[in-house]
Amino acid sequence: MIKRLLIANRGEIACRVMRTAQQQGIYCIAVYSDADANALHVQMADEAHYIGESAPSKSYLDQDKILQVAIQSQADAVHPGYGFLSENSQFAAALEKNQIIFIGPPASAIVAMGSKSHAKKLMTEAGVPLVPGYHGDDQSMVTLINAVKNTGFPALIKASAGGGGKGMRIVQANDDIEQAILSAKREAKSGFGDDHVLIEKYVMNPRHVEIQIFCDQQGNGLYLHERDCSIQRRHQKVLEEAPAPNLPAATRKAMGEAAVRAAKAIDYVGAGTVEFLYDGQDFYFMEMNTRLQVEHPVTEMITGLDLVDWQLQVAQGVPLPLKQAEIPCHGHAMEVRIYAEDTERDFLPTAGHIDALQLPALNARVRLDTGVQSGDEISPFYDPMIAKLIVHGDTRAQCALNMQRALAQYQIAGLTTNLGFLQRLLQCEDFQQEKLSTHFINEHADELAMPQTPVHLLCATLLSQIIPQASQENIWQQLNGFLLNAPAQRQITLLIDGEKQVFCLQQQADGWQIVLEDETLLLNGHWQADQLHYRINGTHYQARCLISDAQIYVCDQYSRAQFDLYRADFSHNRQDESGLHAPMNGSLIHLAVQNGATVNKGDLLYIMEAMKMEHSVYAPAAGKIAALYHNVGDLLKEGASVLEFAAEEA
Amino acid sequence: MAILESNVNVQAAQFADNQKNMLALVNDLRQLQITIALGGGEQAQQRHKSRGKLLARERIATLLDSGSAFLEIGQLAAHQVYEDDVPCAGVVAGIGRVSGVECMIVANDATVKGGSYYPLTVKKHLRAQEIALKNRLPCIYLVDSGGANLPRQDEVFPDRDHFGRIFYNQANMSAAGIPQIAVVMGSCTAGGAYVPAMADVSIIVREQGTIFLAGPPLVKMATGEEVDAETLGGGDMHTGTSGVADHLAENDEHALLIARAQISRLNWQKANPLLPAPVIAPRYPAEEIYGIVSADVKKPWDIRELIARLVDDSDFDEYKSRYGTTLICGFARLWGYPVGIVANNGILFSESAQKGANFIELCCQRNIPLIFLQNITGFMVGSKYEAEGIAKHGAKMVNAVACAKVPKFTLVVGGSFGAGNYGMCGRAYDPNFMWMWPNARISVMGGEQAAGVMTLITKEAREKRGETFDANAQAEFKKPLLAKYEREGHPYYASARLWDDGVIDPAQSRDVLGLALSAAMNAPAQETRFGVFRM
Repeated sequence: MIKRLLIANRGEIACRVMRTAQQQGIYCIAVYSDADANALHVQMADEAHYIGESAPSKSYLDQDKILQVAIQSQADAVHPGYGFLSENSQFAAALEKNQIIFIGPPASAIVAMGSKSHAKKLMTEAGVPLVPGYHGDDQSMVTLINAVKNTGFPALIKASAGGGGKGMRIVQANDDIEQAILSAKREAKSGFGDDHVLIEKYVMNPRHVEIQIFCDQQGNGLYLHERDCSIQRRHQKVLEEAPAPNLPAATRKAMGEAAVRAAKAIDYVGAGTVEFLYDGQDFYFMEMNTRLQVEHPVTEMITGLDLVDWQLQVAQGVPLPLKQAEIPCHGHAMEVRIYAEDTERDFLPTAGHIDALQLPALNARVRLDTGVQSGDEISPFYDPMIAKLIVHGDTRAQCALNMQRALAQYQIAGLTTNLGFLQRLLQCEDFQQEKLSTHFINEHADELAMPQTPVHLLCATLLSQIIPQASQENIWQQLNGFLLNAPAQRQITLLIDGEKQVFCLQQQADGWQIVLEDETLLLNGHWQADQLHYRINGTHYQARCLISDAQIYVCDQYSRAQFDLYRADFSHNRQDESGLHAPMNGSLIHLAVQNGATVNKGDLLYIMEAMKMEHSVYAPAAGKIAALYHNVGDLLKEGASVLEFAAEEA
Repeated sequence: MAILESNVNVQAAQFADNQKNMLALVNDLRQLQITIALGGGEQAQQRHKSRGKLLARERIATLLDSGSAFLEIGQLAAHQVYEDDVPCAGVVAGIGRVSGVECMIVANDATVKGGSYYPLTVKKHLRAQEIALKNRLPCIYLVDSGGANLPRQDEVFPDRDHFGRIFYNQANMSAAGIPQIAVVMGSCTAGGAYVPAMADVSIIVREQGTIFLAGPPLVKMATGEEVDAETLGGGDMHTGTSGVADHLAENDEHALLIARAQISRLNWQKANPLLPAPVIAPRYPAEEIYGIVSADVKKPWDIRELIARLVDDSDFDEYKSRYGTTLICGFARLWGYPVGIVANNGILFSESAQKGANFIELCCQRNIPLIFLQNITGFMVGSKYEAEGIAKHGAKMVNAVACAKVPKFTLVVGGSFGAGNYGMCGRAYDPNFMWMWPNARISVMGGEQAAGVMTLITKEAREKRGETFDANAQAEFKKPLLAKYEREGHPYYASARLWDDGVIDPAQSRDVLGLALSAAMNAPAQETRFGVFRM
């Protein structure tokens, strides 16, 4: 029986696992790195152990250390969550050897699915449909041309060793196939040093549909319906939903059964996900994830089951509690992943400090899985996912509306996030009409791009600065902008695109008057908690406002905006101009100069890495390096002085 | 609860008539405010701004907490007093909240005659300091002034309440623990140099503020030394070498930011423990005052109608409502603060004067601030009244008013004539603040009465000499007198000479009183000792 459970993970999934485990009276043991010393999962745990530096390889990926903690803390079982060690067969085996239960499949199943080619062979044998194609060693032109013709059009020729689109060609029936093979081989050779190519049917506008399966130790297996995860960017899921919209019952059943066959083929135990490509007609096996998925809550929402509970039961040898026919399916569920990322800059991860949080009201239909709280740092070491918002509705349309409403209550101050992007996504007509594909985000880039800030949100922002909140109970503030023998006046200065913009509002009998783009508007409003109820020329609106230090975040059901309040800042005085500062939070990975070195304008000084991106800093002028303040490997805060630069006297 | 029931008929012709007349006066005042707020005019403002400087009012707005009210004092100072136009007497002054602390701000307006000190500039500066001293408000001086107005040196330099008094006040306020902060944003020459030098904390703007006892021309004359202003007394020198100033700012905005930070470090607490109750708005709109009050001071109106529009929830507990009914006294709250109201509702009789003295005693005993609503032609005259000792009864009230040490606020809402002005806490009785409405009149007696008295005396004298003084001649004789009283009794005339702290829009009365009450709470409650009452 599991009495003490070690959770070898962090963030929201660690919290999620603990929630179920603690409900069952299980004593939960957390592990943490430097960066997570005060993290929510540590606070939630009954016991927490430090396992090393922030870099995952020195902590969460260090299986020896975690094994040691497991032994020391007398854990009966280890839940690996997802990512990190969740699909590490060695780790699973090592636990097994120490009589500690690994909440996951047997090591052999992980190995079986770990190798793509081996997995494909097994799946063919189990009768699981694969994308038709040719993966053979015979690379003669005749064989390859025939393989293309047999596969059917459009066909994909790609480098066996490759990835990222290099050495990839899509051929249509009337194309010169030989030419395409030759150029793909050329690129493969130059790109990867190996001109081996494989041929596959090119699946047009595919959807990503996956099946949640579960197997017990008694050899029973079943599927808990499917999830559609077609909405992706940079090959990462953004929105997942269940059941998959517009999927014929027969296909759903066939897919489910194929997934169970796949699992049984490798003697699978526990929770797993079999991912398929679906082109609207046929489906093809992509891969199997031998762990609990990020998006498992949507399955929980429609089935009313607790998958972590099932995992714990199965791991202890309890047979599956339900039969296939008994698996419920109620309504529709969606999950959105809230990322710290800049959707306007190719979804580049952002890092920073969560200054304040406003969370949606949670209830049976709105669930939030999160591992962060106000004051936390989103560190560049880990996945930039902040939280998952999961919403249920009787129908898909209802669910989408509920999601929009929940998103309109969600604000995060201090970070750039994809919240606005998600709101726009939910408003996309094609999304609402279930026209899903894995290319959706690329194909709807224009519709999803950040629009100009709507005027009504600007008005809400100005009012948020003007309408006193209940906390300001002194007469000076209550008599907002009072002037003797003149209408009260308020000036709000915002930084818009880095430019100082002054907005002047004058009090009239029934509100504040402002001229915006040559139009005279009359604004008034009042607060209800952090909800601003306001009127523009008599039309009523509502917005949720989060005001943190120098930023104002406003959002409503359809839009959101962030404004920077102008704050005079004289902290960077003249003498500071000689210092060169870290442009962002990150680590110093290369120092190109030595102390005392003379450099020319434009010479490389140092390189920083943040969020897997390199950022080079060059000499602003000819001069000398007067001092170095950091070493390679140092972790720097944005604005930290890296070196002292003395410009040459002109 | 004693809620005042309003008997005003807003549909009545009289109401509309009053409203029209009062609105004309109020609009004239607002128009005047707009002109005055332009300081030295648009051209001078442009010139000022082109040097990267903020205007005096912009400086104040930047200094204040965002959204803070600004209770200006002496807005009409020097209005039509000098041949030159000197709006606001060249110095903007008032109270506002800075880093949560109510402060007196005195900002020279360099667009008005270079910010130089006219006699009324001095008077206004001193009045601002007097308010700061009485109410214990930290002072912030935003200095940008060429110093004393040299042609009028005899009116600004030698006397007790002239230029030197500014520094005397700074020293003594500092000694009394009232912080003095100077921000040098322009020149501070000669005597002016003592403003920052005598301040507790002084801030100076680089390449803009200068402090010196003598500027470059005078230095060259005196010693032959040739030196530029920045070297002689610039911010860099004063913060780095001489230590005359403490903080060096990059520009106006920076300087004001530093000033805010300095205020936040004062560890300031309001000394009066009186805490405001939750604020309840009056039950009747303030704008109705326009229709209630007759623009003609001779026409009576019920002062309770005003009280109903001033006090919280229109809740007024009247004191001795059946006795001495021409003086209304009672307790109320205003912006949450407990107040005692003393208001004229007719001429003062012996009973009303005694009642007033009594009520003031009660308020002093209970530490309740007093609000005087003046609309008074004077004490009753005649043999009957002299015989019953109206002089001694009036004296009791004057005694009580003079000695009362609770905060006092006077608002002249109609006439302010003769001894009525004294009994109702006129300027000489040191109210913490005093304001007038634009319809008010203030003089030793009404123009008609004065002209009548003068005519009678003249008639007697002429008849003694056997001269005639017929009706026509009398009318001719009266004319200039009437005109003089009308001109000098006008609130603009009074306010321009700083006989009060400002003429205010009647609809703003409640807010002005509330702000003043809040400001007055910075000073500790004081024990009152009355003089000998003649019984």
